[in-house]
Amino acid sequence: MYSWLVLLPFLGVIFLNLPSKTVRYKLAFWLSLFIVVVQLFFVIVPMSVAWSRILDSLGTFLKMNFSVDSLSQVLLFCIGLVALVTLFVQREMAQDEKQMFNFANVLLLVLAGMNGIVLVRDIFSLYVFLEITAIGSFILISLDESFSAFEGAFKYIILSIVATVLMLLAIGLFVLVAGSTSFEAIGRAFADYPNVFLIRLAMGLFLSGCFIKAGLMPFHGWLPDAYASAPASVSILLAGIVTKVVGVYTLMRVVVSIFGFDPTLRTILFLVGIVSIVFGALAALGQGDFKRMLAYSSISQVGYIILGLGSFTLLGLAGAVFHLFNHAIFKSLLFVNSAAVESRTGTRHMDSLSGLSQRMPVTGVTSILASLSAAGVPPLAGFWSKLLIIMALWFSGFIWVAVIAVLASVLTLAYFLKFQRKVFFGTIAADFNNIKEAGFGLMVSSVILAAIIIGVGVLFPFIFSNFIVFISPLIGGTVGT
Amino acid sequence: MVLDIFLLSVLVLASLWTVMTRSILRSAIGLALTSVILTIVMFRLNAPLAAMFELSVCAGLISVLFISTISLTQPYTNEEVLERMKIMFARFKFLPILLVGLGAFLFFMNIRPFVPFYYKESLVDVRVFLWDLRRIDIFGQILILLVGVFGVVILFKERVKK
Repeated sequence: MYSWLVLLPFLGVIFLNLPSKTVRYKLAFWLSLFIVVVQLFFVIVPMSVAWSRILDSLGTFLKMNFSVDSLSQVLLFCIGLVALVTLFVQREMAQDEKQMFNFANVLLLVLAGMNGIVLVRDIFSLYVFLEITAIGSFILISLDESFSAFEGAFKYIILSIVATVLMLLAIGLFVLVAGSTSFEAIGRAFADYPNVFLIRLAMGLFLSGCFIKAGLMPFHGWLPDAYASAPASVSILLAGIVTKVVGVYTLMRVVVSIFGFDPTLRTILFLVGIVSIVFGALAALGQGDFKRMLAYSSISQVGYIILGLGSFTLLGLAGAVFHLFNHAIFKSLLFVNSAAVESRTGTRHMDSLSGLSQRMPVTGVTSILASLSAAGVPPLAGFWSKLLIIMALWFSGFIWVAVIAVLASVLTLAYFLKFQRKVFFGTIAADFNNIKEAGFGLMVSSVILAAIIIGVGVLFPFIFSNFIVFISPLIGGTVGT
Repeated sequence: MVLDIFLLSVLVLASLWTVMTRSILRSAIGLALTSVILTIVMFRLNAPLAAMFELSVCAGLISVLFISTISLTQPYTNEEVLERMKIMFARFKFLPILLVGLGAFLFFMNIRPFVPFYYKESLVDVRVFLWDLRRIDIFGQILILLVGVFGVVILFKERVKK
């Protein structure tokens, strides 16, 4: 049934391009919205769909060997949600119908690419879907056709190609040692011959590729430019989910399904995680442009996910997946807020803004909630995921790593408070006395995301006992095909 | 054996044509042709996986992207092409010697990395292999081509119009 999550966007693109120009321009938003909502529906109620039998038989005919575990389900939900928010924001920000149409086409293809990454269990197919997502992202970043957008896209292309080459080399070595491209066969080869030079080399190459794609320090060169120069809706998509899927999810999947848990890998993950958390936060603290600040904050937050993964415990893994979910939500919300502020004031420099929450109360309140969740303030969702990761590190004996992670949270709180104080608090600047609250699409997106942050935080005991405890043991297992 | 020799000769000729031709469009077509012949050679060498990678990445994706992008660019004049070829020859004249030297060095050093084990691939019909085993990849490549086409249309064609 899940193969429809890849087929549907593809059919959507075909269908979107069939009718006449006026019809297809009108159709772009609604058709994309329909596909994204169907995806969310599939993930939330996978087996209770009455017509799942019909879909199943068609899926079998297409013979796509997709597999779904709890990690995939979390990611599929995040992809659907962030794509939904992106569509609302783009509808608000698009200058004309043609721009919306172009955006919808590429978004659907990127959606198919991301769903494919999450669903495949074959390293070469993974590479193919990574490429779909990467090429789609280059196009989306440069949609504005401004100089800075081309610069951002160019940096992304170059570093992404480097990552791709490293990954392809690793895939070549995987095939050499395992004779197959399936995760299962490669994982078996890794387990049987862990210390062979070629296997270590392949592991190093693939890890480097993942680190570049995830934008972790010191492989982050492309990320601030790409996030800051992309159009508002694309920044949300990139920061909210694309980097998480192509970099972080791929890393998690190969560590869990192929590399297995070994001490050298743990040291590498801890090192990269800590460097990203600390230096990402310090760099965010020094930014004057709030989109760049959010970009560096992303690097820092992804560091926490890597630490959770590196703890190699069930609790740490569950914490990492939960933080990945939370990060997708609060970072999307912060980028929606930044889009609202930029569209109303025309600037991204924090020094030239102040007191905006008087004129934009919804944007102000939701951005405070997102910032506090990112900083790990209880009882919001971000607090619980960070707590799980830090507990996992503490109980598995990596006390110093846990201490650094806690201390870096203070840095996170510092740069978000600076952002809030400069942009939303204080007296409003005379230039912005007449501005209005953000448009309907942006407000709806902000409210939905803020409600999730509060809901997940307050209902944490329920979510923990019903969802999170089942995450890690099920990774690698199958709950659907 | 005769077929192999024929294929290898065509491979060398196609790759020479790719490097030597003056038009970049023909060069891109030559690259695709080289990849296709290499794919056949790999299938005959009983390596369907490697052949599949070569066919999908080089012959399929890259060629289409190259050709569609080149078709939207302004071609060089004949004089410019000749000038550039001279620079290329001057820059790369030692490359063949270096390559032969490196090959000889590796041959005499007898470097063989330790490969722990290798599941021998069975020879299967190319159609069976592509359709039964790598169906997702074929579908994925159709998607890549679609993204590439949209990229070219949105970013290049509309700019050219402007």
